[in-house]
Amino acid sequence: MISPSFNAIVPMLCATAGALVVMLAESWRARGERMPLGVLGGIALSAAGIALALLWDQQASSFGVIVADNFGIFVSLVVVVAGLVSIAFSSQVLDRDGIPRGEYYALLLFAIVGMMMMATANDLLVVFIGLEVMSVAVYVLTGIRRDDPRGVEGAFKYFLLGAFASAFLLYGVAFTFGLTGTTRLDGIGQFLAARSMSSSPMVLLAMGLLLVGFAFKISAVPFHMWTPDAYEGAPAVVTGFMSTGVKAAAFAAFTRVFLSAFEPFSADWAPLVWYLAIATMVLGTVVGVAQHNLKRMLAYSSIAHGGYLLVGLVAANQVGKEAILFYLAAYAVTNLAAFGAIALLGTADRANDTLQDYRGLWQSRPMVAGVLTVALLSLGGLPPTAGFIGKWYIFSAAVSAGYYGLAIAGVLTSVISVFFYLRVVVMMYMTEPAGTIAPPVVSRAALATLAVTAAIILYLGVLPTALLDLAAASIDTIF
Amino acid sequence: MIPLGNYLLVSAVLFGIGTAGVFMRRNLITVLLSIEIMLNAVNLTFVAFGRQIGTVDGQIIVAFVMTVAAAEAAVGLALVVALFRHRESLNPDGFTSLRW
Repeated sequence: MISPSFNAIVPMLCATAGALVVMLAESWRARGERMPLGVLGGIALSAAGIALALLWDQQASSFGVIVADNFGIFVSLVVVVAGLVSIAFSSQVLDRDGIPRGEYYALLLFAIVGMMMMATANDLLVVFIGLEVMSVAVYVLTGIRRDDPRGVEGAFKYFLLGAFASAFLLYGVAFTFGLTGTTRLDGIGQFLAARSMSSSPMVLLAMGLLLVGFAFKISAVPFHMWTPDAYEGAPAVVTGFMSTGVKAAAFAAFTRVFLSAFEPFSADWAPLVWYLAIATMVLGTVVGVAQHNLKRMLAYSSIAHGGYLLVGLVAANQVGKEAILFYLAAYAVTNLAAFGAIALLGTADRANDTLQDYRGLWQSRPMVAGVLTVALLSLGGLPPTAGFIGKWYIFSAAVSAGYYGLAIAGVLTSVISVFFYLRVVVMMYMTEPAGTIAPPVVSRAALATLAVTAAIILYLGVLPTALLDLAAASIDTIF
Repeated sequence: MIPLGNYLLVSAVLFGIGTAGVFMRRNLITVLLSIEIMLNAVNLTFVAFGRQIGTVDGQIIVAFVMTVAAAEAAVGLALVVALFRHRESLNPDGFTSLRW
């Protein structure tokens, strides 16, 4: 009989077991033998997903440091779905680009374990370890095409700034530990609430260092420098995974730490996050307009979307917290569809990711063009897509909390961002194909996955209630 | 007994040296070393606080941090080797194939 205190870590154990099996299978593989490693990864993730669904409403807790409350489960499920969709796109891309399959799937699964750990951690040290488990795997995934100088350069920049940010985060953990004598989030919250210290320098230092560490991971301006390089250098399918999974996990930990442990000091950190949100929305949008590479443009778009999520965090009311979760899920599906489409359009010798490569795509590959259109409209926040509902809730949360400036900045930047999303759509539908590049062959499985993601985007745009109810149930349990 | 403040001061100075090294050094290996200095400054802070509070938690945390730092260093050095194969240089100023 296994002790029930293991329950909360079962999803992570499933994914870890999957990763280990993939590694072993790869090392025992005969030369030239093909193994269904992607299917294996899919099975492990499905098992993790089922375990997460069974833990819903159970309030399971393992050793006090991992808490599978509904909030953590919601984000973990988003991450698992991101992993499953990435795996579905990967098979074709890995063969084409000559990426080692075993290493790729094992790292993907380990990254997901780290993300789930961050989403469910109830201890600052576990947050840090989850962050590193995730980050180390994602650094390698970014540079997994060692023959591509851009990939390695992007990976190294990501690694350098990521490690630098981790040191800041850890320094913040050290000061919090020194101040409160514990690293448990609930203990820190009780300590700070009981003392109700009027912002001593030590608390401010600890919060500031933690804020810098998290801001790097969610690529908030001015800590965003690594994002465009890493997103452009990485293979598109990895970019899709890390722009959704890493962001969701980092936001979950950020939200949990600042809205539970440091809630008593929200008057001190909320103004800082306010500035971060404004700067992130504006810079992400304005610089995005000037881009000619679709991956780089979507990297800036993902920075801007981080800014919208920060708006929800500043508002910090019931609607805002629900909106963060809904937005994370909607944004994850949308970005996966967009980067999946980009990944599938590449060929072995060319990534096909500049704007000019999308000329007349509607004529050569109508299906992929259609899905990319839906995804771009959703990123722009146009109805009837998931992105529209997400933005609607974020901005209404800001208004109801009295942050009119944030709501106005958000709406304005959304309007500007529509320009660069629509530019791609115009390119695909209203120009003649360049005719120089043969359209790549796209596998049936990948096409089906694209269709499913597009269907989810539209479904969430028309009938968002089910997911919103889940989001509401998720935050009832913790804050 | 040496007061807590002295330990914190030393670790803050070390952290500052590491931070400055990341920004100012023009050799990737030295930049990696600077990050290690930052992490070890944090370790010193943990041990000092743990001693002050009177629990072993601080020292246990340091064991975790050292493990993580080792994993990070392994990945970092591997990336430096991969980068060197393409560039034949360790000066980060030359890495400009991705810009804007």
